[in-house]
Order: sequence, then C-alpha cells, then structure tokens
Amino acid sequence: MHPGGADILDFLDFVWQRREEVLQRSLEHVGLVAAAVALSAVLGVLLGLLTYRNATARTAVIAATGTFLTIPSFALFVLLLGIVGLGTAPVVIALTMYGLLPVVRNTVTGLLQVDPAIVESAQGMGLSRRQRLLQIELPIAWPVVLTGIRVSTVVLVGIAAIGAIVNGPGLGHFIFNGLARVATPVAVDLVLTGIVGVVIVAILFDAVFTLLGKLTTSEGLR
Amino acid sequence: MTERPARTTGSDRPMIRLEHLTKAYPRQPHPAVQDLTLDVPEGEIVVLVGPSGCGKTTTMKMINRIIEPTSGRIVLDGEDVTGADPDQLRRRIGYVIQQIGLFPHRTIAENIGTVPRVLGWNRRRIAARVDELLETIGMDPAVYRDRYPKELSGGQRQRVGVARALSADPDVMLMDEPFGAIDPITRERLQNEFLRLQSEVRKTIVFVTHDIDEAIKMGDRIAILREGSEVVQYDTPERILTAPADEFVSDFIGAGASLKRLNLSRVRDIELSRRPTVGEDATAEEALGVLRASSHPAVLVLDRQGRPRRWLGEADLKRADGRPLTSLGMPPEAVVEPHATLSDALNELIAASYSIATVVDGAGVYQGVVDIDRISDAIRAMRGHGRRPADTAAVEDGVHGPAGSA
Ligand SMILES: Nc1ncnc2c1ncn2[C@@H]1O[C@H](COP(=O)(O)OP(=O)(O)O)[C@@H](O)[C@H]1O
Ligand SMILES: [Mg+2]
Repeated sequence: MHPGGADILDFLDFVWQRREEVLQRSLEHVGLVAAAVALSAVLGVLLGLLTYRNATARTAVIAATGTFLTIPSFALFVLLLGIVGLGTAPVVIALTMYGLLPVVRNTVTGLLQVDPAIVESAQGMGLSRRQRLLQIELPIAWPVVLTGIRVSTVVLVGIAAIGAIVNGPGLGHFIFNGLARVATPVAVDLVLTGIVGVVIVAILFDAVFTLLGKLTTSEGLR
Repeated sequence: MTERPARTTGSDRPMIRLEHLTKAYPRQPHPAVQDLTLDVPEGEIVVLVGPSGCGKTTTMKMINRIIEPTSGRIVLDGEDVTGADPDQLRRRIGYVIQQIGLFPHRTIAENIGTVPRVLGWNRRRIAARVDELLETIGMDPAVYRDRYPKELSGGQRQRVGVARALSADPDVMLMDEPFGAIDPITRERLQNEFLRLQSEVRKTIVFVTHDIDEAIKMGDRIAILREGSEVVQYDTPERILTAPADEFVSDFIGAGASLKRLNLSRVRDIELSRRPTVGEDATAEEALGVLRASSHPAVLVLDRQGRPRRWLGEADLKRADGRPLTSLGMPPEAVVEPHATLSDALNELIAASYSIATVVDGAGVYQGVVDIDRISDAIRAMRGHGRRPADTAAVEDGVHGPAGSA
C-alpha cells in the first residue's frame, strides 16, 4: 500500500491517460440517462394525468410501476436482451421502466394536492377540463412532479452503469472492465473511474434540475 | 326612512328563473333541492339564506351547472340554459366562493384576466380591463398587478376574487358565502365596498349565506330556505323583519329583530350631527375659542383637504404649549362612510372615544358625525314606519312555488 497522496496522484494519472475514453463514456452516460429520464417523465406524467382521479386506476398504475423497481436490474437487462438485442435499446427501455414510479407517484400526489377550491373556481369561470388540467392543475403540481423526475434521475444514473452488462453505453464499462481484471493493478483504478464518473454525472444532473426548477416553477408557488 | 337605491330602481324582469328545480344526490334519502321555483330580478342582490345543509350551495351550483339538476329548468335572461354548453354558460356568469380559489401560480393580473383570455380578448384590452378593475377594488395596479396571491392579505384576495369574477362583465354573479372566511372587521368593510360597487355595476347577484345579519345587509330580496331548499319566505329585508311568514322565519331571525333593523338604513339616510371643526393650521387658542363657543366636549381638526385628523378636548388644548394641533388629542378611530349601515356605525361608536362615529365621504372628506342620539332617532322612526314599503308589492308577484302559498 502506498501512502494516500500517491494513490490519488496515481489515480488521476490513470484517468488522464484515458481522458478521451473517460469523456466519451461520460457523455454516453449522460445521454443515456437523459433519454431514459425524458421517456419516463413523459410517460409517467401521462399515466399520472390519466389515472389520478380514479382511485382504482392510480393504485394499479403505482403498483405496476413499483413492481418494475423490484426486478433486479441485472435480470431485467438480460431479459430485454432476448427481446431487443444488445446495446443501447435494452438499457434505455429498462431505465425508462425503473424511472416511472417516482414520476407517476409524484404526478398523482401533486395533482391530488391541488386545492379543490382552485379547481372549482377555474371550472366556475368556464375553463374546459383540458384548460383546467394544463393551465391550472399541472402547473400548480409541477414542483412536486419535478421532484419525482429528479428522484428518478438519481436512481437511473446509478442503474445505468449496470447497462454495460448488455454492452450498453456509459461509465459502466470501466466498472465491468475492472471486474474482469480483479487482482490486477488496474482493477481498482478502473472501478474507481466508473464510480467517480457516475457521482460527477449525478451531481451535474442535480445542478441542472435545480436550474430547471427555478426556470419552470412560478414565483407564486415558491 | 330612505330605501336603498337598488330596491327602488331594480326592474322586476327576471334575469334568472329557476323552474321546479330538483337535485337528488345518489344514495341520499331526500333530495338536496326539491321542486324549487324562484325568480331573480335583474340588477338585484337576492340572498339565499338558511341553516347549514338546507341546499343553498347545491341550488347556486345548479345555476352555473357545476351541479347538474336532476329535473327542472334554468332560464337565464329568457333563454333556457338547462342543456347549454356548461363552459360557455359559465363564462357569462361570475363565480365567487368562500375559499376564493385564486390561482397561486399566476399573478394578480393573470388571475383577473383569466376569463377575458379564454374569451380571446387581445392583450392590450385585457391589461386595460385588469387595471380598471384593480382601481375599482381600491388596489393600485402599479403595485399589485404583478404580485402573486400569496403576497396579499385575506381581504385583498377576496377583492381580487370579486374583480376576477367581474372581469368579462357578466350580467350575473353567483357568490357562495364570499365573506364567510374573513375576520369580522374586514368582512364589514368588504360588504360595504361590495355594496358600493354593486350600486355602480348593477349585476344580478345570487348571494348565499347562513348569516341572517349578512342577508339583511346585502339583500335587495331574501329567500329564507329550509331543508330541500324549500322557500319559506321570499321578501325584502324590511318585510322579513317586520312580517316574518312563520315561526321558522322568526326563529331564524332570532332575538333582537329591532336592533337588526339598524342594518336596513344607512348613514347617508339620516341627518348627521355637527361638531365644531378647525383647520390644522389653527392655533390652540383659536381652537379653544371654537370649542367653548359650542356645546360639545371636543373639536375636530381637519387637514387642508377637509379630512379629519384629530379630536381635541379642552384639556388637550390647554396643554398644547405651542405644539401643532395634529400632534394633540386622539385620531378619529371610528370612521364610517355614508353607505355604512347604522348598525355598523353603532358598533363603531360604542367603542370610540366621545362615543361618536366620524363620517367621511369616499375621498375621506369630513361630512359630520353619528352619535347615539341619531341612532335612537332612527330606531324611533323605524317603529313608526313598521309597515311594508310601497315598492315591495311587486316582489310577491315574482314569487312562485312554496313561498307563494306561504
Ligand atoms: N356531493 C354530494 N353528495 C351527496 N350529498 C351532498 C353532496 N353535496 C351536498 N350534499 C347534501 O345535500 C344537502 C345540501 O347541501 P348544500 O347544498 O351544500 O347545503 P348548504 O350550502 O345549504 O349548507 C346536505 O344534506 C348535504 O349533505
Ligand atoms: Mg354551502
């Protein structure tokens, strides 16, 4: 074992040597998560909008999307591999499935939390069902919905690393390469590169969400 | 005793006509509204009042079809709207509820402009209308236009709720306990403001309350309801107080009916008492001279615009010691406007020093005072005029259904 300082310098040197690959994999990771988050956000909000008024429907949707999360990611990737093949597709599909629950749940919660008096006054003014939903209810529920999307992003950044098992893109490659070389000098550096990369990507996403929250939430709701 | 203007100028043309309206909720033993027939004349405030659960809200919400009637007809301005498109219908009807329901994510201007925007007005017209309404409710557009509801007090939110309901200039307004959730002092002020506003805009208003005092104060006509929205009496406030149809009505009015009648006349209807006044630039000696020449214990200091500043007693003036008059004595605490009811004035003056309520006009200019003598004069005058005012004769012609036989 070297003293700590030298370890860190060795590690930084290791990353520097592979800077192009690290950058490339990080961008892949960001793109992968962004695509999956966008898909689960759109689908999740839609499912929430369609079901929140009906107790049976919303319970069913939350139960179903909750069940997805109990499937071990490793198993789900392999399962999807049989259907859509290797590469990006199985990973994006699996991540989208994992991302649904927080979005659906927060959409439903957010919409149900809107003061019924606000909805009734909108109705009384002659706003149509659609206008009420899109102009009043959803914007008021938005901070809660956005929190759901943010939670799902945090979850997906981590799970996305495992996508490398089916040859998916992203920082998972470093981790799996490290696993394949256990007990060699580079193993720890490889795994560490993957982990640090994932953490940095997660922090970046969080910063983006903070900004997004500021830009898309009405001042009146803060 | 002078009548309120709406009562003498409102036409008797029904703007809203409810015909045999019934609402039976599923799994309820009795209909919430049973065979209700009622005409609401154009330009008047009709108050639906009755105990909790008697069906007032259900009745009101059937008018804008938030609740669909089980049977019966709703005729608006001569047109049967029972089967009309509800959204189109609602854009013609102002709606104010107790919780107000301002949109928290939208500015005050956006809230008020909601219906005009839905109706497709252009931006400039909406902005002009919003500013006009903010002026009307006494909120400076430059200050409040871009604020959010959370930045307003309860009273201000209620005002904005009313402005929002008026934005597309609907002929009809529905108001369900609009001042119910507001502290008594603010409520009183909002009621007065609303009456003043109504004397300008002359909307046809259905106003729901469970508070008989509010009904007497706000209503041109009052429908007293019992379970199933049964109309026990549909009459002017005077008639309700002086000739209750039955025991249910007299019980509902409760004790103190003659004191309640102070709600029927307004400060502007009586002759005000005079008090000595001086300008704010006068010296203490001059003020003392004015005070001593009168038979009253206090002199009122007016500013250059004629607005009351201080009440000064003799002791205050003797201790003046060269200080300006505006730094002595007491500010007028009980200030009422001419449209305040005598009941308001009485409440104010009881608590005030010198037992007088100072009357000012809309611009704050001093008009005179109300003292306890004026109040007792008014009570005495009302006893003398206990019988029905002439213009209520038409009301009974407009009553259908249960009240007709009452
Ligand atoms: N949505 C509903 N479903 C079933 N019963 C209702 C519903 N709304 C009101 N009611 C019942 O109808 C009656 C009248 O209610 P409401 O019109 O709200 O009375 P009010 O406004 O005079 O207090 C009450 O007995 C109430 O319990
Ligand atoms: Mg009610």
